[in-house]
Amino acid sequence: MNEIIFIIIAVSALGIFALPKRSQYYLMLGTQIFLAALTGYLMYLSFNRIEPLQIYLFDLLGNDVSLVIDSLSAFFIFVINITVLTGALYAKGYLKPYLRDKTRLEMAWHYFNFLILHISLLMVAMLREGISFLVFWELMSVSVFFLIIFESEKQENKEAGIKFLIQMHVAFYFIIAAFIICSIATGQNIGFESLEQYFKDYPAFPVFLLFFIGFGIKAGFIPLHTWLIHAHPAAPSHISGIMSGVIIKMGIYGIVRVLTYIHSDLMPIGVFILIISIISGIFGVTIAIVQHDYKKLLAYHSIENIGIIGIGIGIGVMGLAINNPVLASLGFAGGLLHVLNHALFKSLLFYAAGSIYQQTHTRNIENLGGLMKKMPSTAVFFLLGAAAISGLPPFNGFISEFLIYTSLFKSLMVSDSILSVTLLAGIVALAVIGGLAVFCFTKVFSIIFLGTARSDKTRHSHEVRSSMLFPKFIIAILIIMIGIMPFMMLRPMSFVAGVFVDDTSSLRDMTGTMSGISLSLSLLIVFIGILFFIKLKLSKVRHTDIGSTWGCAYTGSDPALHQYSATSYAEYIIMKAKILVGVKKHFRYLTKENIFPGESYFKTGSSDVFEDNLVSRPAGGLLSFMEKIAVFQTGNIQHYLLYAIVFVIVISIISIFGII
Amino acid sequence: MGVGLVLILITSLIFPGIVSVVKAKIAGRKGPRVMQHFYDIIRLMKKGNIYSRTTGFLFQLAPIIYFSTLLTAVFFIPVGNYKALLSFEGDFVMFAYLMASGRFIMIIAAMDTGSGFEGMGANREAFYSLLAEPVFFIIMGSIALHTGHNSFYDIFSNLYVESALTYFVSALSVYLIFWVSMIENSRLPVDDPQTHLELTMVHEVMVLDHSGFELGLIQLAGGLKFAIFGSLIFNLVLPIQNSYFLQLTFFPIVQVIYAVLVAFVESFRARNKMMRNAQWIITLSALSIVVFLTILIIHEKVGMLP
Repeated sequence: MNEIIFIIIAVSALGIFALPKRSQYYLMLGTQIFLAALTGYLMYLSFNRIEPLQIYLFDLLGNDVSLVIDSLSAFFIFVINITVLTGALYAKGYLKPYLRDKTRLEMAWHYFNFLILHISLLMVAMLREGISFLVFWELMSVSVFFLIIFESEKQENKEAGIKFLIQMHVAFYFIIAAFIICSIATGQNIGFESLEQYFKDYPAFPVFLLFFIGFGIKAGFIPLHTWLIHAHPAAPSHISGIMSGVIIKMGIYGIVRVLTYIHSDLMPIGVFILIISIISGIFGVTIAIVQHDYKKLLAYHSIENIGIIGIGIGIGVMGLAINNPVLASLGFAGGLLHVLNHALFKSLLFYAAGSIYQQTHTRNIENLGGLMKKMPSTAVFFLLGAAAISGLPPFNGFISEFLIYTSLFKSLMVSDSILSVTLLAGIVALAVIGGLAVFCFTKVFSIIFLGTARSDKTRHSHEVRSSMLFPKFIIAILIIMIGIMPFMMLRPMSFVAGVFVDDTSSLRDMTGTMSGISLSLSLLIVFIGILFFIKLKLSKVRHTDIGSTWGCAYTGSDPALHQYSATSYAEYIIMKAKILVGVKKHFRYLTKENIFPGESYFKTGSSDVFEDNLVSRPAGGLLSFMEKIAVFQTGNIQHYLLYAIVFVIVISIISIFGII
Repeated sequence: MGVGLVLILITSLIFPGIVSVVKAKIAGRKGPRVMQHFYDIIRLMKKGNIYSRTTGFLFQLAPIIYFSTLLTAVFFIPVGNYKALLSFEGDFVMFAYLMASGRFIMIIAAMDTGSGFEGMGANREAFYSLLAEPVFFIIMGSIALHTGHNSFYDIFSNLYVESALTYFVSALSVYLIFWVSMIENSRLPVDDPQTHLELTMVHEVMVLDHSGFELGLIQLAGGLKFAIFGSLIFNLVLPIQNSYFLQLTFFPIVQVIYAVLVAFVESFRARNKMMRNAQWIITLSALSIVVFLTILIIHEKVGMLP
């Protein structure tokens, strides 16, 4: 049975190459639906089982490789399938303009990698055996690399892809190193099973740190995030959505999977995760505010949301440490529910961003404006995603943040003083992140969709085709459903939290609270409905006029000229977070020597302080050092022979004196 | 149960009137009637609308959503012993986020007009409220820690226990909530609703283009905000399980004192320099940390230092 399934998938994956351009997509989509149905069935079987579901696959160097699916894996399978399928549906419309320019092989290669990505994501979530896990982990990174450089004719995309590939491999070494340490120390095979024994016998923190760096680079915790902000804008939008929705979440998956094996050192680990997450959350959103590239801005928001997820997980771990099942279950449930929520609203935002890019061919929000009238459906979806990512009710982002808030407030009451201060920092961080997210998304939504057009780029834009709106519609429904009926998420989340703690009754006790939220939201909706009805009735009897916007009684000028711009909107943050966002201005003063001033220029932009100091500067230093060393590379064969002779002489001298 | 709700709604209609009457008296003017504000709103609601060409449907929908969020938020506020209609664990988080939702949509509406002035106001509103948010959360977190409860009603009904420091905590909290209410309502010292220069306004400039029914709703919402914060202050001042009669007497008194205080601040305090506002609000956050530390001292958690 297993073999048949593998053969079907392999044949259809390779079959993509044999098909003509127009039908490749359907084979990929069909295979993905098949995969999703299959894993969906496994997910259904494995949810809420006490023992994880095991399916033997094959024998690898004497190890049994089998799929092991517990509630945690099942949850991630759900997130993966939802995001990848909506991404695939969206891709049809998004890739349409590229069909003309790209060759049949290029398109097939893209679809093929898309399929491989889906398979490897699913396998990573299901495998426990080390070597096969690492193979699929690597396969995931490589397929993403090819997906990122889809538009490889642009130099910046290639650079972003290579940056991604390098950093993923650095991450890979950390993960391998951690696995090998565990394997050697316990004498077991490489794999998650060896962690159980290792963490029983040895201090957990150092090896956890290795895992955290490895998986954290994938997840994009600050300061490990520098690949993310280049890869997201470079990738085509359906890939950006999936990248932000699930690929970085696999880092979170790795971290929480490792955490299930740790039973000592939990307090320092929890505090460590909490602090890193607070930093990621606040810095991520602060830097996001000054971005003018809307895809880069969304990328920074991914970092922020990874921070929120991490705050939940950190609290969960601290709950485990002090043996408090209430905190542990609330923290993990909140953090992991945010994984799903973020996957939903972030992919929605990226798909909407892709639609904007397709219509305007610019990623600079200062060139946009007034798109609301031309692309109303996209605008509504973007607004919905914006409200959800800002954590506002009645959308799903609020629910997970609410769970995390509840866990923070509850843990305040059972902690000592130092911990209390940390937890208060968590509460303040969440509040500030929420406020900054509102600030950021009111900015980006307003500048793109409201007001009037700021340049000609929007002139030919119109609403995207319905095949690109349909996946957004599905996601939007899920966002609203989770937001308005949060109690239905409690049962599944209690199974997921059950992987970490035995007693998840506190989550079920939240039913009353969640019903309270539901009730107040229904009240809100009823109020809106009534008032809207009154307004409609009134507008029938009252006189309505259309005029121009109030401009201090001055109506002569072009309204596009005195609109608020993205730079001026972000001005406060640029001023207050100067060191962090590093906005630099380069310009030449106008000179006075002639009657007509000469040529001049003005350039401004922000840079990431972490990237500058942790990646660019050391890499630059290394490069210039290498250039100095390169004097030896003369290209002259005699010199190289000389080096060989010197080497032999040095070796013999050393061995004569018995140094080696 | 519903008594608290009715009290808050009535307060919201009268409160702005009291403030303007007191302000007029201080300035030596005769001043409007107390209910004048309410009559103005009714007149606004009877008027037709004028919309800007630039705006879309969001602009017309926003005041409705804004008012509805505040109306829903009222259901969360207990008044003394009168339990709020909606009360659950963590309701104050929901309360704060509901207010944020309303603010979000009003900022969007302001930006929809494509006006430089309104963009400025929207931007300031977003920035100041984001700075003020932590104050509310730190205070609520501290007194939640203090009482061991997680909802408005339970927190306020268990606030006064043993220590005399509690009085210090609630006095400081009242002081902070007072200033937060001034920020949330865009009054002095952050913003001056009386100013006649669009360039220096915050909230007033955001609603320049609204008219008729919607403008009436926005005005009503302003009163509601004051009433909500007034009730929070009342709960901080008088949460003991008093007799219902005492509470019904004290509620209006506290509200009137609050209104008079607002009027005094508006009459005698100068407005902050625009660039100094951020700093001033952050100072409030710093003060709220004092509340938190005091609570730690009360609970002798500081003694548990390793």
